[in-house]
Formats: sequence, structure tokens, C-alpha cells
Amino acid sequence: MAWFKRTKKGIQTPTDQKKDVPKGLWYKSPTGKIVDAEELERNFYVSPEDGYHVRIGSKEYFEILFDDNKFKELDKNLDSKDSLKFVDTKKYPDRLKDAQEKTGLKDAVRTAVGKSMGNDIVVACMDFSFIGGSMGSVVGEKIARAADYSLKKKLPFIIISKSGGARMMEAALSLMQLAKTSAKLAQLSKAKIPYISLCTDPTTGGTTASFAMLGDINISEPGALIGFAGPRVVRDTTGKELPDGFQTAEFVLEHGFLDFISHRKDLKRNINLYIDLIQNRPLREKELA
Amino acid sequence: MEYLDFELPIKELQEQYDKACLIGEESDVDVSNTCKQIEKKLVETKKEIYKNLTPWQRVQLSRHPDRPYTMDYIKAICGDSFLELHGDRGFKDDKAMVGGLGKLGDQSFMFIGQQKGYNTKTRQYRNFGMANPEGYRKALRLMKSAEKFGIPVVTLIDTPGAYPGLEAEERGQGEAIARNILEMTKLEVPIIVVIIGEGASGGALGIGVGDQVLMMENTWYSVISPESCSSILWRSWEFKEQAAEALKLTATDMKKLKLIDHIIKEPLGGAHSDKKGAYIAVAKAIEKAYDELKNLSPTDLVEKRMDKYSKMGEYKS
Repeated sequence: MAWFKRTKKGIQTPTDQKKDVPKGLWYKSPTGKIVDAEELERNFYVSPEDGYHVRIGSKEYFEILFDDNKFKELDKNLDSKDSLKFVDTKKYPDRLKDAQEKTGLKDAVRTAVGKSMGNDIVVACMDFSFIGGSMGSVVGEKIARAADYSLKKKLPFIIISKSGGARMMEAALSLMQLAKTSAKLAQLSKAKIPYISLCTDPTTGGTTASFAMLGDINISEPGALIGFAGPRVVRDTTGKELPDGFQTAEFVLEHGFLDFISHRKDLKRNINLYIDLIQNRPLREKELA
Repeated sequence: MEYLDFELPIKELQEQYDKACLIGEESDVDVSNTCKQIEKKLVETKKEIYKNLTPWQRVQLSRHPDRPYTMDYIKAICGDSFLELHGDRGFKDDKAMVGGLGKLGDQSFMFIGQQKGYNTKTRQYRNFGMANPEGYRKALRLMKSAEKFGIPVVTLIDTPGAYPGLEAEERGQGEAIARNILEMTKLEVPIIVVIIGEGASGGALGIGVGDQVLMMENTWYSVISPESCSSILWRSWEFKEQAAEALKLTATDMKKLKLIDHIIKEPLGGAHSDKKGAYIAVAKAIEKAYDELKNLSPTDLVEKRMDKYSKMGEYKS
């Protein structure tokens, strides 16, 4: 006779009594690989099993790029305003409040200045967790001000895009942020200050149609979705099956819109290497080595 | 002539009027009084209907099949002086984006705009006014050429959006629009933008950055079409009227938000009911805008333009 025998068939435990692994201990990548959360963090939030780049936010990117995670955040307190009194299934102010409570963020971008490999850089990093990283007036204004800071202090500027596009709840006000941010980048360009656009998963819509594609170099991470129209819209409009890998970073690189794709662990080095090369300065990695 | 649902009272009166006139022509009955009365009523009805248009009705009017399109305006404004120019010099000539040189009065302008078709065949040929990346690159080529020779640019916007196609993505639709927006913020000649129909999002803004942005009365301009907005936020296509309301996409709203500079008044009954009147209104508006811009130095022009866009956006600090 078996040592263990089910007296009743099937799983009997009700859902609410099931024992769960505490959240945050393990991460499951899309290919089904299980990774220890701490190991994931040590590995720049890239699954060591299959190289999958987990979606991360400004907190993690700042950690990765700034030396010892030291930086000064700019324009921390800019807050969205509901000028249009926008209501869909939810009121816009309620949506904002929910997003702020859920994420602990003020809006969908954070901007900061700090040292990276010893030299100051200005970074604007979007947070997808905040209403899909959508760009409204606050995102536009913070990016514009960060670019102004770069311009004034003559510091390289980096935007890390991670966004579904313009924020519908601010309608045409959001649309005009494309022009506003692009005007600033035109000023940076005239002053010959390097601007690096890092397109991360996902970068679509109005973000792609403005600053994300306007870098002196545009770079990305493996597997990131980058496009103007989302894949669903393209499929629905054209009625065509989309080829494998459509709108991935690799696809966009192949079609000539990215300079290179970087593993997340090499981002800091590659960005600073480019800065040293384009400004014709001695390479810092030699000093640091 | 086609009529929208809310225009049906106009249709009825117009038919009565035509019938009465016909009777007058064919018989000896004096119908001049009847005709005058109907005509008066027609004007009153038009006034009444057009005074109280909802945002959604404006959207419908912007897409009215009889509404004039970009080339109609250009040909009416420039006559024989218009010389159409083709191609982006890289890939092909986009039929959804047209452009060329023409005179308005004594002044040459570079005209650029999206073009829609008049029937099934030409609509397909023009890709429903949805440009591909090569269309935006063609537009940019024409703008840079205008800049080189100090020719002011006029863009006429009428698009349901940039084309969301597979090849469009391969050729960098996002990059093409982004590049245009950036270049237009610093182009060293006056840019006058006129929304003559639909102004849908990036597809519109891709030729829409200007020193003066003018919107005709019965047009819309926003970040997304009311239908798509409805399908995303309400998860159904049924809420387009509410979406049109919420998006504040009419000329009046856009002016209030200071996102456009002026509204061009359309003839009574809309541009489609008096095309000639619409052409004259647009030509006058372009002349007036150019008069205000022509004496600015290139540096001042660009500085003012950048300042204008830098101020757009509302937030709490």
C-alpha cells in the first residue's frame, strides 16, 4: 500500500487557504525561468537564466547609472493638473491619485543630476508603472527643464524612454509636449551637448514620435518593444500577420533607427564611453581600470 | 451634395427651394415671393443648426465628403502659379502628402499638406490622407528647400493620422515625425499652419509646428481621434460623442487652451456648402498671418516659436 494516498480526488484546499510564496522572493521570466529576486537585482534586473530584461523604473535606472546611487533629483514637486476636466470611466484627478498611491511616484518621469563614472550627467527616466508612462504636461515640462539644466551646466543629457505615448487625459496639451521637448533638444543640439536616447521596453506613440528618436545616438536594451503604432493597431489596420520579432529593438536596429543595443550591465560603460569619444576626451574607463 | 444627419432640415429646405425655382422657370407662375421666403428660412435654419454644433458634429463636418481638400485650397489660392513638387529623394513619392510652390499675391509660398481622395479609387490612391514616413520626409525636404531660399511655408492639415502600417514601422514612422517636429521648431522661415479638416495627433503635428497655427471652424485637432479614444478608455467604440466632448478638440477649445493662435470663420453652412467662400477665408488668413511674421528676423522668428511651444502645458508646481 502506498504511504501517501489521496482519499479524495483532486485538490481540495480552497483558494484562500493556499499557502503562497511571499511576493518578491522569486521572479518568473516570460520563458518560465524562475529567478531569485536578490540574484535578479544583483544581475541588473536581467534574468541570468535567459537574459530577459525585466521592466524596471527610474529608481533602478538611477541605481544603475549614478555612482553609488548618489544624485540630486530636479523639479521633484511638479504635479499634474486637470485643466480639461477630463472624465472617461474615471475622473482624471482620481486616476492620478490612484497612480500616485500605487507607485509612490509624482508622475511618469523623474529627472536627476549626478555623477556617472565620476562625471556629471543629467538623466530623465520615465516610469511605465505611472499611467503607462504616458506623457502629459508634467512629463514635458520636467524633460524641458532637465534639458535646460543640461544646457546651462553643459552636461550630457540622457532620456530613458519607457512609455505608451502621449497622455490622452490631457489631450492636445499632451500632444504639444512633443513639440515642446523637441524644441529643447534642438537647443541642446545647437549647443553641441550630447543627447543620448535610451529606448526601453516599451517605447511607443508620441514618445517615439519625439525625443526617443532624436538622440545623437539612439540605443536600446535587448528585446525592447519600440514603435510608433502599437502592434495591435498595425495588425488591425493592415489585416496582416506581423513577422516574428516585429518592433523589437533588434528589428529597429536592423532597420537603421538604433545605433546599438546594450545589455543592461554594460549601459553605464557604453553611455560614458560614447560621451568620452564624442567629446574627444581621454577615456575614463582606463583611469578607472 | 451629401448631408449629415443633423443637416437634414437644410436638405429639406434646399429641395423645396430648388423645386419652387424650377416651377418658376417652367411655368408663368410668379414664385419669387415663395423662393425668397424659403431662402430666408434656409439661412435661419443653417444659422440655428451651425450655432449649436456639438464637438462630435464638428468632427463629422471635418470629414464631410464634400468638404474641400488640400489641393482644392492650393489650386484656388495659387491658380496657375502652383507647381507641384514630388518625392522624398530616398524612397518614393507619397501620394498622401502633397506639396509645391505657388504664389499668393506677389509672395511665393511652399505649400505642404495631406491629401484625401474624392471617391473610392482616389481615396485608396491617397491612402485616406494617412502619410507614410516618406511623406513626412518629402514634407521636410520641401521645407528645407524653402528655408534655403527664404520662402515662407504654409502647411494644410487634414489627416486621420499617420499610417500605422507594417512598412511604415519598418521605415521609421516615429523617427520621421520626430525629425519633422524638431526641424520645424528651428526652421528659419515663417511657418503658417492651417487645420482644414482632421488634425489627428502626431500625424498632424508632423507638419504642424508653426509660428501661427490657425484652425477652421469645423475642424478638430487632438492627440487621438474620438473613436480611438473611446475604444481605449471606454473599451468600446460607442462613446465617441463623449470622447469628442472630453478631448476638447474643437477650434474654440483649442484657442481657449492657447494651443492655436486663431480661428478661421467658415461660410454659413460650413466650408462644403460654400467652397469659394472657404478658399477666400483661408487665403485672407494666410496673408494676414504672413504680414505679421514677414518682418521678423530668422533669429527672432525661431526664438518666438520655441518660446511659444515651451509655454504649452499646464501643471502645478
